[in-house]
Amino acid sequence: MPNDAMPTAAAVSSDAVIIIDRLVKSYKNSTAVDGVSFTIRRGSVTALLGPNGAGKTTTIATIMGLVTPSSGRVTVLGADMPWQRYQVLHRMNFESPYVDLPMRLTIRENLTVFGMLYGVANLPARIERLAQELDLHALLDRPTGKLSSGQKTRVALAKSLINEPELLLLDEPTASLDPDSADWVRARLEQYRKERQATVLLASHNMAEVERLCDRVIMMKGGRIVDDDTPARLIGRYGRRNLEEVFLDIARGRNEPQEAAQ
Amino acid sequence: MKDQALPARRAAGQRIAAVVLRHLYLLRSSWMRILDLIYWPAVQMLMWGFLQLYVAEHSSFFYRAAGTFIGGMLLWDILFRGQLGFSVSFLEEMYARNLGNIMMSPLRPAEFIAALMAMSLIRLAIGLVPVSLLAIAFFGFNLWGLGLALAAFFVNLIFTSWAVGLFVAGLLLRHGLGAENLAWTFMFLLLPITCVYYPVAVLPEWLQPVAWMLPPTYVFEGMRSLLIAHTFRSDLMIAALALNGAFFAAATVGFYLLLNTARRLGTLVQSGE
Repeated sequence: MPNDAMPTAAAVSSDAVIIIDRLVKSYKNSTAVDGVSFTIRRGSVTALLGPNGAGKTTTIATIMGLVTPSSGRVTVLGADMPWQRYQVLHRMNFESPYVDLPMRLTIRENLTVFGMLYGVANLPARIERLAQELDLHALLDRPTGKLSSGQKTRVALAKSLINEPELLLLDEPTASLDPDSADWVRARLEQYRKERQATVLLASHNMAEVERLCDRVIMMKGGRIVDDDTPARLIGRYGRRNLEEVFLDIARGRNEPQEAAQ
Repeated sequence: MKDQALPARRAAGQRIAAVVLRHLYLLRSSWMRILDLIYWPAVQMLMWGFLQLYVAEHSSFFYRAAGTFIGGMLLWDILFRGQLGFSVSFLEEMYARNLGNIMMSPLRPAEFIAALMAMSLIRLAIGLVPVSLLAIAFFGFNLWGLGLALAAFFVNLIFTSWAVGLFVAGLLLRHGLGAENLAWTFMFLLLPITCVYYPVAVLPEWLQPVAWMLPPTYVFEGMRSLLIAHTFRSDLMIAALALNGAFFAAATVGFYLLLNTARRLGTLVQSGE
């Protein structure tokens, strides 16, 4: 069932990392997000799914404080976004294939710059540890632009983990990776989440990835939430074999579980 | 209270240093970028220097006014290269598709501006110091010999260049790379009006009040006064400083308004044009 009601008082508790309350974002000729509400709890991994134009990117950009809501409220780690964003940005991070790290800088230089921006203590040791964990050690002094796409994704992941964020926002974290590299990245993300009790919100079109990583899926379409549940319950309710088939039902307008199952 | 404020200041300083370091790494990795900082000012200096020599041979006035062309060119370069150093450092983030990473980091807009100012000074120094030494070697014109007057000229010109750079950066945030050409050409609007190579009196009367509204005009008039009449006009420098205060404040307000508009219109999450 869609869970786009206003968050209850219980939801506004200390374990709520993201609270979105009746978020609307309109542009001149269109409404990208239309009255969306949800709460993300600490330590959870949630996927924001939907066809292109569903409003996922705008929702994530609003959570990051890059876009001002037309109406409604977005609270992240207790801060009202975008107005109080600088109180919490050092506790979160993000990765997106639509943003690059400077290509001429080496991996070590890039991680040094972003470590300083995020105020990371004992930065050289942190870079060494990340390089070990993400298998980047041999590449640390190589320019980022001379890496393969799989290696670049690992560097982008290292940048997103440099400050050991409590909240990690991921946009297509395994886009353009071969199955082996993608599996490797997912394993590292799972490991990080378990070790740090981090909260992860990701947008992805890879349904297998979502089934493996996420304990909750928020389905969006046309700027609204059309369903919100665990991957297993969504699959069961729609009478499908996997999340990809559920996604197709929703994307093609067969939103009602009973109708989709027929 | 004081104990809490100190780490916050230190953290801000570290974030500014991070952006400066990012651009120093970039310059270190690219000798073409370094060459680009020196090559065009050197060509300009040689061209104006030889013109000055030629004109001085045929005119007693220009013989007495030695150095006004080459001095004008070097001071114009402080203005132009100062703004370019600011704007190009900003553009490098857009070219690299790194602006999203920067905007999502804890770096505050004021810290970003401070880092771009620092980079403007660094890029200017890389270009101007060798060229000013070449001017001594080729034409015997010693910019550094202007002493305290040079400091007054420099402060006024660099503040104007930062004000223009700040406003252009706001336009780039709001309009994306569609506004890129402004970064390269905006300053040339000031070239004829601020009277780099000729006195304000040469301008049509209706244009002279416009010229006197621009801080660099006072600097170039001050330079001619120093080189021709050997008089340092502190009144001109104070007037330029007051105007620069107003210009810089207006540019800062403009930058923040454009940044807020970019957040409202969602252009911060877009790249390209």
